[in-house]
Amino acid sequence: MKAFAELYARLDATTSSNAKLAAMRDYFRDTPAEDAAWAVYFLAGGRPRQLVPARLLRETAVRASGLPDWLFEESYQAVGDLAETISLLLPEAEHQDQDGLAVWMEDKLLPLRGLPPEELAERLPRLWAQLDRRSQMVCIKLITGAFRVGVSKLLVTRALAALAEIDPKRVAQRLVGYTDLSHRPSADGYRALIAEESADEHAQRGGQPYPFFLAHALQAPVEEFNTLLGPPENWLVEWKWDGIRAQLVKRDGQIWVWSRGEELVSERFPELCELAGCLPDGTVIDGEIVVWRFDESPAQGEAFEQSGEAAPQRSGVQPFALLQQRIGRKNLTAKVLEQAPVAVLAYDLLEWQGEDWRQQPLHARRARLEQVVHDCPNPRLMVSPTIEGLDWASLAREREASRARGVEGMMIKAREAQYGVGRTKDVGVWWKWKIDPYSIDAVLIYAQRGHGRRASLYTDFTFAVWDGEPGEPNRSLVPFAKAYSGLTDEEMRRVDAIVRRTTVEKFGPVRSVTPTLVFELGFEGIAASSRHKSGIAVRFPRMLRWRHDKPIEEADTLATLQDLLG
Amino acid sequence: MDLVIARPEGLYCPPGDFYIDPWKPVDRAVITHAHGDHARWGMNHYLAAADSEGILRTRIAQDMPLQTLTYGETLEHNGVRLSFHPAGHVLGSAQLRIEHQGEVWVASGDYKVEPDATCTPFEPVHCHTFITESTFGLPIYRWPAQRQVFTEINDWWRANAAAGRTSVLFCYAFGKAQRILHGLDAAIGPILVHGAVEPLNRVYREAGIALPETLYAGDIKKGDPRLKQAIVLAPPSAGGSTWVRRFGDFSDGFASGWMMLRGTRRRRGVDRGFVLSDHADWPGLLWAIEQTGAERVMVTHGSVAVLVRYLRERGLDAQAFETEYGEEDDTPAQEAG
Repeated sequence: MKAFAELYARLDATTSSNAKLAAMRDYFRDTPAEDAAWAVYFLAGGRPRQLVPARLLRETAVRASGLPDWLFEESYQAVGDLAETISLLLPEAEHQDQDGLAVWMEDKLLPLRGLPPEELAERLPRLWAQLDRRSQMVCIKLITGAFRVGVSKLLVTRALAALAEIDPKRVAQRLVGYTDLSHRPSADGYRALIAEESADEHAQRGGQPYPFFLAHALQAPVEEFNTLLGPPENWLVEWKWDGIRAQLVKRDGQIWVWSRGEELVSERFPELCELAGCLPDGTVIDGEIVVWRFDESPAQGEAFEQSGEAAPQRSGVQPFALLQQRIGRKNLTAKVLEQAPVAVLAYDLLEWQGEDWRQQPLHARRARLEQVVHDCPNPRLMVSPTIEGLDWASLAREREASRARGVEGMMIKAREAQYGVGRTKDVGVWWKWKIDPYSIDAVLIYAQRGHGRRASLYTDFTFAVWDGEPGEPNRSLVPFAKAYSGLTDEEMRRVDAIVRRTTVEKFGPVRSVTPTLVFELGFEGIAASSRHKSGIAVRFPRMLRWRHDKPIEEADTLATLQDLLG
Repeated sequence: MDLVIARPEGLYCPPGDFYIDPWKPVDRAVITHAHGDHARWGMNHYLAAADSEGILRTRIAQDMPLQTLTYGETLEHNGVRLSFHPAGHVLGSAQLRIEHQGEVWVASGDYKVEPDATCTPFEPVHCHTFITESTFGLPIYRWPAQRQVFTEINDWWRANAAAGRTSVLFCYAFGKAQRILHGLDAAIGPILVHGAVEPLNRVYREAGIALPETLYAGDIKKGDPRLKQAIVLAPPSAGGSTWVRRFGDFSDGFASGWMMLRGTRRRRGVDRGFVLSDHADWPGLLWAIEQTGAERVMVTHGSVAVLVRYLRERGLDAQAFETEYGEEDDTPAQEAG
């Protein structure tokens, strides 16, 4: 555990990619395969389910620290991270542990799951007592399932590729699915990651998907598109769907559905597994899972009617909120399946007849995909339509109607592009051309201390809008969104100081403040909600900028929000 | 009778008619130490510990109206007996003992209980009422031994020097910088200091504190080969400035008690955080309070509410004092403490 904790500390201490690569190189070079297997799992984002309920973990830690409960809570508020708080409050221990990460995971931590509370209350302090503070923190993070460290999967891939002296793309391919819950890291599994390349490796096994090819954000003004991208005929333009990116893998008579997070989600989407009947073995499709209203949708196989003159029509795609409800659900009842039926909007074909098609140009893959979908007469599988435009300006006009259509903007993909690995540009590029977020000027009314990087500063805010027009007597501020991101470090410090100065009341960790600050909030979606006081729920709210120029009286009103609701 | 009360100008002693570390101009000010949030401009009379004279005159004015007492020396004023006792925070830092009609109060200013070689170590003073700071008044703050921290700093410097990289260590210019200088292993390479640090070094040296030889960073040209082996001490405000860019390929560190938390460390965006504070940690605060034997404790700047509640639960009569201390060097927003 100590070696892994040291790796964590080194990764945590730097923002330089080279320093992180060096830290991983040193670790993997000196670490036995069974431990390295688990390290890769965690570094690549793998998280076993929570091993001990947070409440129990906390109670045990409070007891072990000998502190009153309220003081533990105060400490937690200042630190902003449960595992770190516990490690700072436990009695200082001499490090005695000699066991590696694999022994810790397999013999000490994973067996904790499901133990009765009394047993846990006794075992946890004994485990902690073997570890120094740094190892304690990492150990607790593994227990809570909240282990995160600032390395991307891409960086882990590069570190392993350098170690094994093979192509990083190959490692990426081998890593797919490595962090899925169903996968248990092992020494052999790790050795396979860094093994020499073999000739028959491209032959896929089981439900293994391909690494997703990711798009880059396109932020230039449309006038520059011709210079940046050349004419539109070199590109394939599609709508950017607001759903879940997924791969459908059909092999051995079975469908596997993988999400972009490389999680196996087949069980969440039983209706998609029915596609096994019409897709031939050795087919892998990339596309978007959305909730779809079949009664409203146009003819099968077309996500939009291509009607030039008529007002833009919403296709059958339903708001992401509906899909979210469905993902969050543990049990998929017949009712949920009926209320939120899903469909796949397919846009790429990665494997056909068992052959890896990723090196084919996009237009060829697309043509084949259309054929595959055509031959699969199931309304749940559609081709994501392409959008024709004479020039970028007319596409930009078309894009204006994204919201009415229920999409997030457009995808612009190079016709000649191969299907790359991750967010790369070396074999062709995909751009996402998103519409600007909704924005509204709102007043900061509550603040809470943040977590992680923002720990101990008041940086998590609740924002409100007015429930009446300016000049209306007795109008009040109605909270409608929480946001914590979007400020620079300097701004965070300044807002923190203002929050402390203008505090009216404290409710536990939350402070109410005299309203003085206005921020422009951006958000991606808006929906009616009975669970919120304002009657409105927004998606991905964040601060776009601090409106120093606006007095609070000029902040927006609930009516403005309701208008956005349409 | 309360020997010290909180007034808008600062902490005030009614029978003695003087203020302790006032934040507004008053007639008589007793100063516990020379940090900017405790020693301010504009008082008609200053009284301070003798060891703080050099710094005070450097920072406020050479000809300031200042009277000094050595540690332990007493002064009678309006029937109140005053004396200064070491607080172990920075050179010249003192606790102020006030005695009036058999009642004893001690105002401790800022203090640290672990001894270090750059100032006289903290001495507990018996009293009825103790006025304590609470900068690091949470149990998450438990300092590693400074010996260990100095080893970490020297190891970091040595590794950077071996890689031909300058080490830039940010720390508060008065107190922290000199304490670090004292702990550096001068054999590793040249020691450079920022312009804000050098004048204070001079005062420390004049006071007889042994500091290694330092070079003024401004005298070293960009590209000078000595830079590759050097450590540079600079105040936090120099971070991200053009001044620091002259060092080209450098590794940066930050020395402060706030570096105990990952969040503050990451927010600083430096390569290394070193946990080194001139304030008492949680066990230090509790130890100091206990040593005074005081039954009544007045808590100032920091985690006031937490410390008050904790002391009350342990049977002490604890109360909060509103002050404006901690604005300069030890608020979380600044993270220099």
